[in-house]
Amino acid sequence: MSRESAPHATQSVDISFAEYSEKVPENIPTALERATNRFLGYRATRVAELPDWESLRQAAHEIRLHTLLHLDAYLERLEERVTAAGGQVHWAIDAAQARRIVLDLARERSVRMAVKVKSMATEEIGLNHALEETGIQAVETDLGEFIIQLAGQGPSHIIAPAVHKTREDIAALFREKLGVDAPEDPQELAAIARKALRERFLAADMGISGANFLVAETGTLVIVTNEGNGRMCTMLPKVHVAVVGIDKVVPDWESLTVLLRLLARSASGQKLTAYTSFITGPRRSSEEGGPEEFHLVLLDNGRSRMLRDPIGRETLKCIRCGCCLNVCPVYRHVGGYAYGWFISGPIGAIFTPQILGIESARELPFASSLCGACAEVCPVKIPIPQILLHLRRRVVEGDEFEPPSAPPSLRFAARLGRWTLATPWLYHLGTRLLPLLQAPFRKGEWLPDLPPPLNRWTRARPFPVFRGGFRRFWDGRKGNPR
Amino acid sequence: MPIQAQLFITCLAEQFYPGTLENMVRLLERLDIGVEVPAAQTCCGQPLFNSGYQGEARRLAASWLKTFGASRVPIVSPSGSCVDMVRHHYPELFPEGAPEHGLARDLAARTFEFSEFLVHRLQVADVGAHFPHRVTYHPSCHLLRGLGLRREAKQLLSAVRGIELVPLRDEETCCGFGGVFSVIYPAVSQAMMEAKVRNILATGAEAVVACDAGCLMNISGGLRRAGAPVKALHLIDVLASQDGAL
Repeated sequence: MSRESAPHATQSVDISFAEYSEKVPENIPTALERATNRFLGYRATRVAELPDWESLRQAAHEIRLHTLLHLDAYLERLEERVTAAGGQVHWAIDAAQARRIVLDLARERSVRMAVKVKSMATEEIGLNHALEETGIQAVETDLGEFIIQLAGQGPSHIIAPAVHKTREDIAALFREKLGVDAPEDPQELAAIARKALRERFLAADMGISGANFLVAETGTLVIVTNEGNGRMCTMLPKVHVAVVGIDKVVPDWESLTVLLRLLARSASGQKLTAYTSFITGPRRSSEEGGPEEFHLVLLDNGRSRMLRDPIGRETLKCIRCGCCLNVCPVYRHVGGYAYGWFISGPIGAIFTPQILGIESARELPFASSLCGACAEVCPVKIPIPQILLHLRRRVVEGDEFEPPSAPPSLRFAARLGRWTLATPWLYHLGTRLLPLLQAPFRKGEWLPDLPPPLNRWTRARPFPVFRGGFRRFWDGRKGNPR
Repeated sequence: MPIQAQLFITCLAEQFYPGTLENMVRLLERLDIGVEVPAAQTCCGQPLFNSGYQGEARRLAASWLKTFGASRVPIVSPSGSCVDMVRHHYPELFPEGAPEHGLARDLAARTFEFSEFLVHRLQVADVGAHFPHRVTYHPSCHLLRGLGLRREAKQLLSAVRGIELVPLRDEETCCGFGGVFSVIYPAVSQAMMEAKVRNILATGAEAVVACDAGCLMNISGGLRRAGAPVKALHLIDVLASQDGAL
């Protein structure tokens, strides 16, 4: 069973793409087609407005790669600047440590309710569940996150976590969970959520966020939102805790500008999101707004291990725009939950196996037709198909980072296949024999029903008949050209 | 000295579409190209490579390099996908400095997909074909995004006498073949294939043209299962047509 919520106490996640892909809920492809086409349509307009789009992508790629290759230096500078601005930096080697840091901060301050800005890092560490277990209420304040939290689910899209839900689904959910009379109208539904959230913003004693970027030069946390909830969560409560992956660092404001120009355009097809918040430390004097305390939890959780792999590490260039999901025909059919963890689509298929280990996520690198649509749109030029191939190899052959996890019988079959194909006389014999051997399955020009494993093909469409015969044609022609 | 070409026929085309390969020979000879078919060729190893078996694929790549490296003549193939394998993945399979790496780079630079060979190498846009039918075109992923060949096939098709070339909705979306993907995740592959077939049927075309045996197997099977009389043809079959028969 693939799980619909983030992993909880541990990082052991059960991913079964195959099983899920066979029973995708009917409404998911329809809901996704509608939403992703809308994002892609806006994106196309925004991209067309920028004649230097390709050079921006190249610049972004260089900035991200450079930062990753000098991450230790930029992280040190970041820590120094955050501290100088009055903030406190905490280092978390894994998800458990990150949860413990946040829980300790909350317990020491007798926090009863935390309001949250949409954050992939807190999904990654399963923070909400950990808070709830400690008796601290965690309230998601992004509309999409608010919806899936009510539904007890995790995000099914990086920027649109409730993208799989129709307005009818949401109205029914609000009626059930909030006990209100919810009409199937997006504006009225948003108004209901807004009212429920306002009360909580004022009551909360901790604000929790992630960040889109961390500017090392000034120790500034950058958050982009469209609903303004980010500002409420980081300004109103007395304490602001940000949980951020170490990969989110950018060297300076100039680099940030390049990435901001790409992010919203790639994500939602906006030039910029409605709000871009820059947060440097806590409030500086009693007259100003803002929290009294600012804590930054820097999350490694396998990232520094990934950095050692020259092919895989490009995954960490990701700025979480979600565009690779929108263009992916596989994601568009199965939706985010098929990928079994908080991050889905092509980027999930390469991120998850590297963070959780190849063993538990070994189905994901194969969940792609390698069509390359993702790499073509990625604003930071992550070579996703190349990394998928790299991880497929890790699954079946193993590499210097992990041992193989596929059964040895498959390796034997691959070896046998290679031996047949690399032995010309055997290959030629096969080419001559297959047209004869197929006779029992043949119906005219087709093989409509084949035995396993090719029944996995013929369940959807017939297989063409084996014909062979070109070499005979060629040999005859060579003796007697034209 | 007429231009020469070694045909890299690919295992899928050899098994399932020998007629297309025969058309390729006839068409190239009509264009005055001296054709050779290296006898020892089998499979480029892409199915194994895409399944993660890089070690096994490397063995097949080494055989391929030996077979085609015996001659200096350019290599032409009816498959964007197999050319992508040779051009982009062969050099990666051998460490820099190894003799195979150098050979792979050398052969990568003179291995061409069929439409690429015609348009860029021969600089031919009109091959004198006659095909008076309504046709739509599905660009194969590896041709399009792997090799960056976005306009060549369409250019060749639009020069065909009598053809009516109609646009295909979401043409650049994968048809769902993906090699091993189609049997590892059959339900997803099927959904992608069915979407492609729906878009093809909506064009009212008599034939859909593509440049890869894999896509053609998938799409033609899908059309067959849908009970549609639409043909799935390789670009070469249309370009070789002189009598206009569908």
